[in-house]
Amino acid sequence: MTGAKVPPPVWQRNLLFAVICLAGAGAVVSDLLQSDTMNSPRDHEPRKFQNASFEATVQVVDNQFEANWARTGLKPMQPADELTLVRRLSLGLTGTIPSLEEIRELEKQPEGTRVQWWLSHLFEDRRTSDHLAERFARATVGVENGPFLIYRRRRFVSWLSDEIHVNRPYDRIVRSLITAKGLWTNNPEVNFVTVTIDQNENKGPDEAKLAARVTRAFLGVRIDCVQCHDDYLGDDWLQKDFHQLASFFGEADMTASGIHETDKPYVFKYRGAGETNAVPPQVPFSAELLPEEGHPRRRLADWVTHKENRAFARATVNRVWALMFGRPLVTPVDQIPLQATTDKPFPPGLETLADDFITNNYDLRRLIRVIAATRVFQLDSEGAEPPTDQHDAHWAAFGLTRLRPEQVAGSILQAASLKPIDANAHIIWQLSRSAQRSDFIKLYGDVGEDEFSATGGTIPQRLLLMNGNMVHERIKDNIVANAATRILATARDNPSAVEAAYLAVLSRRPSPKESAHFVAALDEGGRFARRNRMADLYWALLNSTEFSWNH
Amino acid sequence: MNPACNSTTHISRRTLLRTAGLSGLAWLTPVAHWLGHAQEQAPKGGSAKSIIMLWMGGGPSQLETFDPHPGKKIAGGTKAIGTAAKGIQIAAGLPQTAEVMDEMTLVRSVVSREGDHERGTYHVKTGHRPDPTLVHPAIGAVVCHQLNGPEDQQVDIPRHISILPNQWPARGGYLGAQWDAFKVYNTEGRAGNLTARVKPERLDRRLDDLQVVEQNFARRRRPQLDEKTTLHNHTIDKALRMMRSDQINAFDVTQAPAATRDGFGKTPFGNACLAAVQLIETGVRCVEVTLNGWDTHANNHAFVAEQNAILDPALAGLIRELRARDRLKDTLVVCAGEFGRTPKINAADGRDHWPTGFSIALAGGGIRRGYVHGETDPEGVSKEPGKAVSVADVHATLLHALGIDTFKELMTPVGRPMGLTDGILVPELMTPA
Repeated sequence: MTGAKVPPPVWQRNLLFAVICLAGAGAVVSDLLQSDTMNSPRDHEPRKFQNASFEATVQVVDNQFEANWARTGLKPMQPADELTLVRRLSLGLTGTIPSLEEIRELEKQPEGTRVQWWLSHLFEDRRTSDHLAERFARATVGVENGPFLIYRRRRFVSWLSDEIHVNRPYDRIVRSLITAKGLWTNNPEVNFVTVTIDQNENKGPDEAKLAARVTRAFLGVRIDCVQCHDDYLGDDWLQKDFHQLASFFGEADMTASGIHETDKPYVFKYRGAGETNAVPPQVPFSAELLPEEGHPRRRLADWVTHKENRAFARATVNRVWALMFGRPLVTPVDQIPLQATTDKPFPPGLETLADDFITNNYDLRRLIRVIAATRVFQLDSEGAEPPTDQHDAHWAAFGLTRLRPEQVAGSILQAASLKPIDANAHIIWQLSRSAQRSDFIKLYGDVGEDEFSATGGTIPQRLLLMNGNMVHERIKDNIVANAATRILATARDNPSAVEAAYLAVLSRRPSPKESAHFVAALDEGGRFARRNRMADLYWALLNSTEFSWNH
Repeated sequence: MNPACNSTTHISRRTLLRTAGLSGLAWLTPVAHWLGHAQEQAPKGGSAKSIIMLWMGGGPSQLETFDPHPGKKIAGGTKAIGTAAKGIQIAAGLPQTAEVMDEMTLVRSVVSREGDHERGTYHVKTGHRPDPTLVHPAIGAVVCHQLNGPEDQQVDIPRHISILPNQWPARGGYLGAQWDAFKVYNTEGRAGNLTARVKPERLDRRLDDLQVVEQNFARRRRPQLDEKTTLHNHTIDKALRMMRSDQINAFDVTQAPAATRDGFGKTPFGNACLAAVQLIETGVRCVEVTLNGWDTHANNHAFVAEQNAILDPALAGLIRELRARDRLKDTLVVCAGEFGRTPKINAADGRDHWPTGFSIALAGGGIRRGYVHGETDPEGVSKEPGKAVSVADVHATLLHALGIDTFKELMTPVGRPMGLTDGILVPELMTPA
């Protein structure tokens, strides 16, 4: 616009525009930086864990483990401090570490009460239900994307997350899965059934896959090995046990209106048999608990979740235990004997926790609270007299387990932020974090369904942590996005800056020796050098064994 | 710390197998006799030292690449051109490859039963069909595991590498994650996080800082925790060895002469093929290079033309460069995808999945020069190509060319003996002695 007739409003308008832009940018930044205090859990009712039955269960479990330690002559480790326990719970239930802000809030609670307070806090955090849903989904529908169009894994996981968030009894959740009907989009639980459909084969749901999922995920029984032949490996399963179980799903069929019941029988040709035959539905054990009448899948659901079908409670206890400890009480997580024998008894705790779970209507939160309150969960993973392999084998120490890829990614992102990156975090954080997270997991390598295998780290993982983009971006100088910079800007002196970094990354305070080392490093340079030293401190903490392992 | 397998099944399985072996007296049967005889007759193992796997993700159309049927209805107008190998024609979209066809063998009769991308990829990369009870290692992992001599100790960088991988890169399977291909997602700049973000002095300082934290962690724990369980500092040391080695320059193609780079087409895929040559020279055993985009359910001819424009200079350049550096004789080059595509052109001018009769191109490492094996039906109807070769047989032939005993068995972590391959060497594919 170069005319003589253009009046002053042009520069005024430009100025106004610039002011609006600046104000907008300022608002975004101040919004990102805003530090309103964290909400305390609304629903923190001590009666949930300060009552006779709760304490009795914890006591019995403790006694069982203590008897076992006495018998094996092992001296258990001392109790771990509360921050260590809180880190374990956050990693197990949310897949990330606590934020600095949350730790500060936690420390306002009286000592000795922080574990249960922390659980109340986590149960109200959407990250907990999302994370637990993803973990349960791995056992129920696997990790793959599954058949195109007729399977929506994300819908399934978010439905499961909703169920867990309202603490729906676990038996009811499982009943919904087994009996799911209708469209996979309207009724997300239907995806449990549709994921098994092989679209190339042009058939309905795969009864064999469903039978395998039901037994492994809900009953802790691996019966799918007898799909093709009778068991030669020590258990007594017969090929017919498997196919009679699969037969309960024979009537479920798939049409344009989704999954529904037909009167199609399940047929199978047994090994050695000349021809295919209709296979009657029957359960492989505890047949007396199976209702005589009703739709096959409803009968199966009744049997799986029957209060006397202890396999169901044991399998759930074992899985929740594995989430909290990083390793199951019985290994592998989905293979638990149906009967204890004198030379192979059930491990301590399993039966008592299963009883408590059944008596309390399959309340997952209660189960988590009980396990968290036991002595065995609260043991340290280290000691003046260091634990041995024997200690690990008998749970006389908290065993080290390697963090899964998404736990490492979540923890790096959390360590780089002072506030929790939860549902209340700014949408900009949530989006950018989610993109960085998936890139990271691709490179770090997802472990898939085999979640609880204990192997050491790999070279690409170390390279990713040492030189990768995510760590680099999250520790460099950035007052808006990175905790390292903000700690330096706000800490009153170098010792408290070092302490804040340790709390944000490792959820603990530095030892005197560590503090001395890093405070000296921060002391030695000017302002610019100090920022680099802070980034170096963050780098060292993120690259430590302690960060990559649950302990 | 936490045994991966249940020791009771472990033992009972082994005991069972041992008992079965004794009671079966299998060695007395004529089959065993014949097998033993066949093994004696098999030609001596080849002398290839390494393998470059060009992975055509999506499943390339054999008709527009290595198996044209010019003038036939199924060609849909695709033309063929003569090649440096007398009597062999390939599709007109690969003129540079035609010039090096005298170095190559085309297997036009590969058959498989896997028509799904993921399963087909698994099958062709491992030589085994997917099995719910275990994951087989890809051929690159097998090669690194089997060929692991003193010269391999001199290699600081990973010996099994996948450049530009798609979602199913080569894995170590039951051999363990340490045999997984090392994934590199870029072909210029920082390869695979192998370069530190800070200057060497500052990295040293960071590592000193790290030791302060490590010492505190180890203080009250068992002495061999790192060595036996976490492997944390152990892998950091190995990672540092890689970062500090000059061998990582082998990933960098920007230092290569401009004319050489141009010869490969200067695409990411072409760059990666040049990097593969440099890596092989450094002692790497297997490089997988992926070119995705062959899943041409619609508009087949146009999409394949784009793909060929990338593949042609890269493949021809790879063979020329290996020959110029005198590496072709000990480097196997394989160009394969998970399956081929239907002879019939669909309503969207595309071709769909076709695992029964597709092409794999081979070169170098003792593979026969200027040879075509098998033929597909010119009318595109038969699913039984002449001189059919199974995917497993291709693998047996590759292993043989690498001097690996195809009858060898490995033990899986649960103590299950597993043959390297179920296939049998196809002697015609090897250079006659």
